[in-house]
Amino acid sequence: MKKLSARRRHPLAALVVLLFALAVTGGLYAAFAPADKAQADDTAQSLAIKEGKKLFAVGCASCHGTGGQGSSDGPSLVGVGAAAVDFQVGTGRMPAQQPGAQVPRKRNIYTNAQIDQLAAYVASLGPGPAVPDKAQYSADGADIGKGGELFRTNCAQCHNFTGKGGALTNGKYAPTLEGVNPKHIYEAMETGPQNMPSFGDGTLSKQNKKDIVAYLGAVDSDKSASPGGMELGGLGPVTEGLFGYIFGLGACVAVAIWVAARTTKAKKS
Amino acid sequence: MSETEENLPSERETAHEGAVVKAENPFADPGLPPHEHRVQDTDERAAKRSERAVAFLFLVSMLATVAFIASYVAIPIDKIVYIFPLGHISALNFALGLTLGVALFCIGAGAVHWARTLMSDEEVADERHPIAAAPEVKAKVLADFADGARESQFGRRKLIRNTMFGALALVPLSGVVLLRDLGPLPEKKLRTTGWKKGIRLVNQSTNLPLRPEDIAVGSLTFAKPEGLEESDEEFNEKIAKDALMLVRIQPQNIKDKQELAWSHEGIVAYSKICTHVGCPISLYEQQTHHVLCPCHQSTFDLSDGGRVIFGPAGHALPQLHITVKDGFLEAASGFAEPVGPSFWERG
Repeated sequence: MKKLSARRRHPLAALVVLLFALAVTGGLYAAFAPADKAQADDTAQSLAIKEGKKLFAVGCASCHGTGGQGSSDGPSLVGVGAAAVDFQVGTGRMPAQQPGAQVPRKRNIYTNAQIDQLAAYVASLGPGPAVPDKAQYSADGADIGKGGELFRTNCAQCHNFTGKGGALTNGKYAPTLEGVNPKHIYEAMETGPQNMPSFGDGTLSKQNKKDIVAYLGAVDSDKSASPGGMELGGLGPVTEGLFGYIFGLGACVAVAIWVAARTTKAKKS
Repeated sequence: MSETEENLPSERETAHEGAVVKAENPFADPGLPPHEHRVQDTDERAAKRSERAVAFLFLVSMLATVAFIASYVAIPIDKIVYIFPLGHISALNFALGLTLGVALFCIGAGAVHWARTLMSDEEVADERHPIAAAPEVKAKVLADFADGARESQFGRRKLIRNTMFGALALVPLSGVVLLRDLGPLPEKKLRTTGWKKGIRLVNQSTNLPLRPEDIAVGSLTFAKPEGLEESDEEFNEKIAKDALMLVRIQPQNIKDKQELAWSHEGIVAYSKICTHVGCPISLYEQQTHHVLCPCHQSTFDLSDGGRVIFGPAGHALPQLHITVKDGFLEAASGFAEPVGPSFWERG
């Protein structure tokens, strides 16, 4: 103690005391203060945005601009939200293979983590719809009948009554909804990709969207029943009529020709 | 050569071509080929086999009919089964279709097999007599007709003839007048809709009045007039005229001045009924602002006053003038022109 007391006037004493006090305060704070989760999340979030920006620069910036501001080759992504990115990249539509009337669905080349990072980056450019969580699009608590009504009111004009899709103008088309991840259907309604109009929460409530997704799950999955069988693509009277004329009438004509043909004779002539 | 001369085109040609030998008339009717017997005609055992085959087919048909009735009774209507090329299919539909198909097919197949193997297949030519009547019969009929006309005094008594023509001409009018009973006259129904000044726009999905902030740029919303409920008896007749689609376009992208004046901050309301033959038309492309009719591919430009840019439609899509009151969208007036397809008196 004497040694310590003797050096209390040392020129560096004030610095040592200050460092000690800081260390104690910091240590005590770290030990007793409630763990600040938001702080940690923010770090993760900013890391995701940073990673997303890198991915964006490689995969998206050539058309959408280095800051997502858009160019003559691609629209601005400011305010499209994470849901739009999750839909476009998750269904493989983006990055687009080539310009054209419509960008088709194809194999997705990004991992889920990379899509989340891209989405985080684009979401940071401006407020927009977030990626829905599983409870929002799962069939639990959904009214499939109501979903059918809503689908026929809002969606069937382009996507056909059971979501089989259909043609639009100048090479554009409404794609089939068969085998599409419910999350992506939900995001498409929220964000309105390409020429599809959006159906925001203001006009088509969250529960409405959930009902529609559940309806499609019931009528348009590979498990859904078709009481008549042989759907022929479920496209309606055109394919059915064509099938009837070609195969139905064709078979009748063939049988009629066979019936009227020469019968087998006892002697070969 | 001399006996076939009449069949040859001319002597000069034959002289050039050298010796052409025409043994007989190439266009002569060869007649029917000699009849050939089938196995069943000559072999009684084969005929017996055919008989049994036909009877077997008819028997299968009977069993299929019994199976049809049994499956109708036994299979519940909501049972779904998986059958390979057909997919998940109603068991009842499948059983009924299959058994009825087999029953009908076997009757037909049995009849055909019977006709082809056992019924006589000998071709017989039947000479027909001329259809025209003999000249004396024709003369007699014409003479009888002339006698009748003279005796009835039809040609002489002109008053009777003319009044009879008048009566026959008027009689069908009664039937024409009765056509009026086919239904009430449309009156003003084709010109008016349920929209008039002060009627709020109600969202068809949520059944709530619409606010302008609900409608985002690029969205598509369907609206009906406030007070029209799906439970109403006449809902279908009314919505067939009142159906409305709402889209929001950036005001600077709206090309038509009147459209801009009738919109609210870029929210435009158009009739959903195609002006060609009245199909519901809402295949909206949000980037081009085009609306396509699925029936005959009429295309309208919603950023340019609903102008027809393709297809058979004859009129632009009617726009509803909308405004905002107390925070809700409402009609500022009714439609300025009749919605839907043209009609005779539309002008």
